[in-house]
Amino acid sequence: MPNAKLMQGNEACTLGALAAGLEFFAGYPITPSTEIAELCAEELPKLGGKFLQMEDEIGSIAAIIGASLTGKKSMTATSGPGFSLMQECIGYSSLCEIPIVIINVQRMGPSTGMPTSPAQGDVMQARWGTHGDHPVIVLAPGNVKECFELTVRAFNLAEKYRVPVIVLMDEVIGHMREKVILPEQSSIKVVNRKAPAAPGSYVPYAADPNGGVPDMAPFGEGFRWHVTGLFHDETGFPSNKGEVADTLLRRINLKVEKNEPEIRDYAVEGVDDCDTLVVTFGCSAMSALSAVRQARKNGIKAGLLRLKTIWPFPEATFDGIMGHVKRVIVPEMNLGQLAGEVERAVARRAAVERLGKVNGELFRPEEILSVITNGAARTAEASK
Amino acid sequence: MRTEFRLSGSGGQGLLLAGIVLAEAAILDGKNAVQTQSYGPEARGGASKAEVVISAEEIDYPKATDPDFLLALTQESYRTYGKLMKRGLIIVDSSVQLSDEIAARTVSVPILRTAAEDIGKKVVANIVALGALAGISGIVGQSVLGEAVRNRVPKGTEELNLAALAKGFELAKAVKT
Repeated sequence: MPNAKLMQGNEACTLGALAAGLEFFAGYPITPSTEIAELCAEELPKLGGKFLQMEDEIGSIAAIIGASLTGKKSMTATSGPGFSLMQECIGYSSLCEIPIVIINVQRMGPSTGMPTSPAQGDVMQARWGTHGDHPVIVLAPGNVKECFELTVRAFNLAEKYRVPVIVLMDEVIGHMREKVILPEQSSIKVVNRKAPAAPGSYVPYAADPNGGVPDMAPFGEGFRWHVTGLFHDETGFPSNKGEVADTLLRRINLKVEKNEPEIRDYAVEGVDDCDTLVVTFGCSAMSALSAVRQARKNGIKAGLLRLKTIWPFPEATFDGIMGHVKRVIVPEMNLGQLAGEVERAVARRAAVERLGKVNGELFRPEEILSVITNGAARTAEASK
Repeated sequence: MRTEFRLSGSGGQGLLLAGIVLAEAAILDGKNAVQTQSYGPEARGGASKAEVVISAEEIDYPKATDPDFLLALTQESYRTYGKLMKRGLIIVDSSVQLSDEIAARTVSVPILRTAAEDIGKKVVANIVALGALAGISGIVGQSVLGEAVRNRVPKGTEELNLAALAKGFELAKAVKT
């Protein structure tokens, strides 16, 4: 077996970042993401990159935004409490169109919560944690290999669309070790931001208003460029004009909205003929896959839709698989954050059953199997 | 076929490393393996556990559901995890007092004593335990496991750890006969 290795999710994520061209990491280590900072501290200097441990998470995200402005691919890693502190700068990165990658290895919250226990409670914070309408892309790996693949993809999408990209992991995926065979570096597709040709005629935010992405000049190479979190016109200088704000806000959001089909990513099992569809992501999907397979063995037509891109929410995906579906079950380690979106996408074509788990323990496959078999209400009744 | 292992004891006994080595040996053997652990305040003292799932096929669920083998090196871990055992075998250190409340098949093996007295190093108890666990379960042979041990232990301690592993396999043979 070529290079089959036992690898931790956090390790695979870091190696993915390096494969994508990570040059700068700033962070404030926090469980259960700490191994990412550790490995970056060890590996980045060897490759000529820089690692900075910052005073807190606000400093961390500010530092990677600054580094990205100089043309370096930049990343930070954190968990719930740190992710909360980063929200303001995520908005800044969205509006100023500065590509960054944030790894959020989720743990139980709110607040300090349970540092070593898994949760998936940051689905909505990842989308709406910062104020104002803003573009953001959120990817969710479902196993160790995907921690590598989706981190590479996070960088590629950040560079292509100049948006913050969040990789939403969880304690289980981050800490588990699994057999992984990583691809050869030469076979990995790496996207780099488009740079302008010459400083003379550079208009930093000139782009097609219909979701265009402006060319991005690296600071320090002779380009004149003003960066501000105030609404700004094509020159980058602040503007209070309504039409300027309207054009800018619509354009930056359209970058993601228009390209949703390209950003969309998911995995399915047994959806061709299923009447019971399980929709989930991350660690819950491992339990769900086992449950769906057991249900199939028991003669139940169950299927699984596992989202690898959570935001933008892949609404159109449901149109293709709702055919025979009568019930949709959404197991997640929160109180129904993804389920609300699923309900919207299912649009009353089937009943949606929420299955939230918030005790810090991964779903056991039987818990999901029982709901597939008996329904959520009857299962709850039985456990009383 | 999916084989599930739960390695439990107190924090600092090196059971996480033992779990990692077991998983790596399975991979060297061409199988799939997933290793998980409980992280908690108990990681320093108290009951701690590492789990390994090994299969020739794809592994969907990463944690042990109904372990085939439970290794328990302390009274507390035996009490905590022994109760959850249904069809699997419990391997306890001989210092552990067995309880009537725990019904699962149990074998008692002098792991800690062998490490302390025969090898002369308490710290290799995890590797003695690993040898005993592999020998009793038959999940992976001594040479492959030895290679995995060699890959993971600190430089200069290879021979010591391989001796501990061999002792563990000997303990397993004594159980079988």
